[in-house]
Amino acid sequence: MRAPMLTTTAPSSSPRMRPTFWLRQAPRITMLLFLVPIVAGLAGTVLPAFGWLPALGGRELTFAPWLRLAEEPGVRWAIGLTLATGWTATIISVLLVLGLCARWHGRKPGRIGRAVFAPILAAPHAAMAIGVGFLIAPSGWLVRWVSPWLTGWHQPPDLATVQDPYGLALTLGLLVKEVPYLLLMTLTALGQLPVARQLEAAAALGYGRTAAWLKIILPQLYPQIRLPIYAVLAYALSVVDMALILGPSNPPTLSVLALRWFTAPDVRMYFPAAAAALLQLVIVLGSIAVWRTAEKIIARLGRRWIARGRRRSRLEPLAGLAAVLVSGLGLLGAGSLLVLAVWSFTARWRFPHILPSHWSAFAWREQVGTILWPLKTTLGVAVAASALAVVLVLGCLEYEQQRGPAPKSRSLWLLYVPLLVPQIAFLFGVQVLLTVSHLDGSLLAVVWSHLLFVLPYVFLSLADPWRSLDSRYARTALCLGASPGRVFLRIKLPLLLRSVLVAAAVGLAVSIDQYLPTLFAGAGRVVTLTTEAVTLASGGGRRVTGIFALLQALVPLIAYGSALGVSGRAGRRRVLAGVSA
Amino acid sequence: MSEPLQLDQVSISLPARLLIPALSVRVMPGEVLTLMGPSGSGKSTLLSFLGGTLPGGFRAAGRVWIGRREVSALPAERRQIGILFQDDLLFPHLTVGENLAFGLSTAVRGRAARAARISAALEEAGLAGLAPRDPATLSGGQRSRVALLRLLLAEPRVLLLDEPFNKLDAALREDFRRFVFAHAAAAGVPVLMVTHDVADAAAARGRVLTLGQSADGSARIETADGGLCDAHRTEESPGRVDAVVVVDRRQ
Repeated sequence: MRAPMLTTTAPSSSPRMRPTFWLRQAPRITMLLFLVPIVAGLAGTVLPAFGWLPALGGRELTFAPWLRLAEEPGVRWAIGLTLATGWTATIISVLLVLGLCARWHGRKPGRIGRAVFAPILAAPHAAMAIGVGFLIAPSGWLVRWVSPWLTGWHQPPDLATVQDPYGLALTLGLLVKEVPYLLLMTLTALGQLPVARQLEAAAALGYGRTAAWLKIILPQLYPQIRLPIYAVLAYALSVVDMALILGPSNPPTLSVLALRWFTAPDVRMYFPAAAAALLQLVIVLGSIAVWRTAEKIIARLGRRWIARGRRRSRLEPLAGLAAVLVSGLGLLGAGSLLVLAVWSFTARWRFPHILPSHWSAFAWREQVGTILWPLKTTLGVAVAASALAVVLVLGCLEYEQQRGPAPKSRSLWLLYVPLLVPQIAFLFGVQVLLTVSHLDGSLLAVVWSHLLFVLPYVFLSLADPWRSLDSRYARTALCLGASPGRVFLRIKLPLLLRSVLVAAAVGLAVSIDQYLPTLFAGAGRVVTLTTEAVTLASGGGRRVTGIFALLQALVPLIAYGSALGVSGRAGRRRVLAGVSA
Repeated sequence: MSEPLQLDQVSISLPARLLIPALSVRVMPGEVLTLMGPSGSGKSTLLSFLGGTLPGGFRAAGRVWIGRREVSALPAERRQIGILFQDDLLFPHLTVGENLAFGLSTAVRGRAARAARISAALEEAGLAGLAPRDPATLSGGQRSRVALLRLLLAEPRVLLLDEPFNKLDAALREDFRRFVFAHAAAAGVPVLMVTHDVADAAAARGRVLTLGQSADGSARIETADGGLCDAHRTEESPGRVDAVVVVDRRQ
């Protein structure tokens, strides 16, 4: 789950004052907590990639790790697979979302779609991948729906529909998760553009909807969704948990290969693992650079295309197709979550029956003992990381408002760093750092590693509502003699309670999504629902796997629900209090 | 070849309120018909209906013709009805020249020919050399002119003006008014303008319709100079204004 993007509303002019000592530290502490692990982590990956890791006896710079990487059978296939799945998933996601919006944005079905995609957005990648696997497997739900009356199959067909060598299942899984995310980002950005009036103006000049959308709206929209698109590209190229569940295993994608070597019993494999992780970083940064170049070329061609003045677009039917495909992905996502629940309550479900012939809660009762501990850990880490992130972000935003606005385009890129740099490329270095400071395997380390990913999303979802709060409330309160601290606690926080709670829920969801950081910072000793679900996905029974994946998907959903519910009740109470007063 | 705009029994209503009674009127090529009325009287809504972009929630009936072609069933982009809005709505991601190229009819083919046509239009409008500029760097008056040029380059068969002078200050307003009416006359198409500024109506030098509410809540249409109201209620449908015949009584 990723959160709404930062938009470009300027901070409203607030009364300036000198922030207190602790408030002044907020941005510094945030940056420190945030950037030190990434920079140190990258260094801790780059150096071993060239043979330098004194703790393991690497005391000279060599290219040996790279030679080892090159010798690995299938490494070229792994690189090709990484590029193919990442690029395909991203390009298709972007085209589908843009096509859908070109056709349906602002119309009724678009608004319905928003509600359908919410649970898919909240669900962690691992749970979704497991659900997609349950759907598309040879003995999966989709085949059961059409068997045997359509296919004639009484036995599951002998097809590699999951973990296929070309990564098609992985690409599909990525699409199911990334399309709703990009859609949310795009809808948020479109909310800031005068879309309807510009389309009207274009229609008065004779332009059909799709043509006008592509020529007028898209060029203004794109800069707003550029960073989210890069985040999707980086994620799709370097994803680990989904690739473990849906991707091929021999050879796997590059990031999975690196993970395999990092966790190999032979510690000398650290060196080629670091090289693979560094290569992963190069692939991601190179891909973003290529995408950026393509953007520029398309923009230049697009200007000429616009100037030709053609009123109709031949892409019109394609935009309609996009709507159909996105609906299909939505159904697939919803079906994936549903099939998790079905499997968790299955007693007996023979192929090709569409539903289990016997239901039972046996698996749940049996697993209560094993669920409890990972559930507690998951919640503890998520609550801690999310709360810490909310406090830090509130500190930064309050500092920004008290000190007065500052240019912030740079800091936005800084926030995106953990989302653009592949996790595998710096988490290994982080682990080295943690080991040196004897923090590895501790809950504190896991919380910190989650914070790197939770913090950007909490910031992105909180910054806009916070900055756009009418500054006259605060000014009025100050005039009435309230201290800035009191204004913060008694005015701003209550007014923005809903946004704060939603941001906390976003943070919770992001934390629960994290697989690799838990694995590395926890040194394999911290077990969460996520690590359990990923482990169970390869070899665990479908009932137990279904239970863990379903729980993993439910926790963020419950968090969102209660965030909205609590803030709704608080709002009502305030209104009622006002009436009775 | 310019043809008249004909409204045939056009009525628009909200669920609770009649905005435009059945209005029948013909606007000849080169003529400017002004529709006046207080805000909320439905005059801009009528333009949305004619342009084909009536928002949901309104109920509309009646037919619209340009010459012998009925356009009321066509989608907005195929009606060839150009609307000049209060805001210039120049697209911010395109240069001035590209904005004009976006409007310029595809009948002008070839990059060189299109560029030539655009710079000729700019020059004629006293905006020579502005083609490569970002619209945001233009003055308000320049932007308004570019917006009108963009509209005219699309060669509309009817021009609708939706309070286009409303947001300009007094000095600019006078200037831009002359610019608009001169260009509209040169284009020789029927023009329908809505405004609530009497000076706009005077400058248009054409017939004037005023929209108002009668005491019983039904809508009425009358001319500004007081005489020309021929709306009446019929026995069968009390409360509904059935037909309006607009007669030109100017000397």
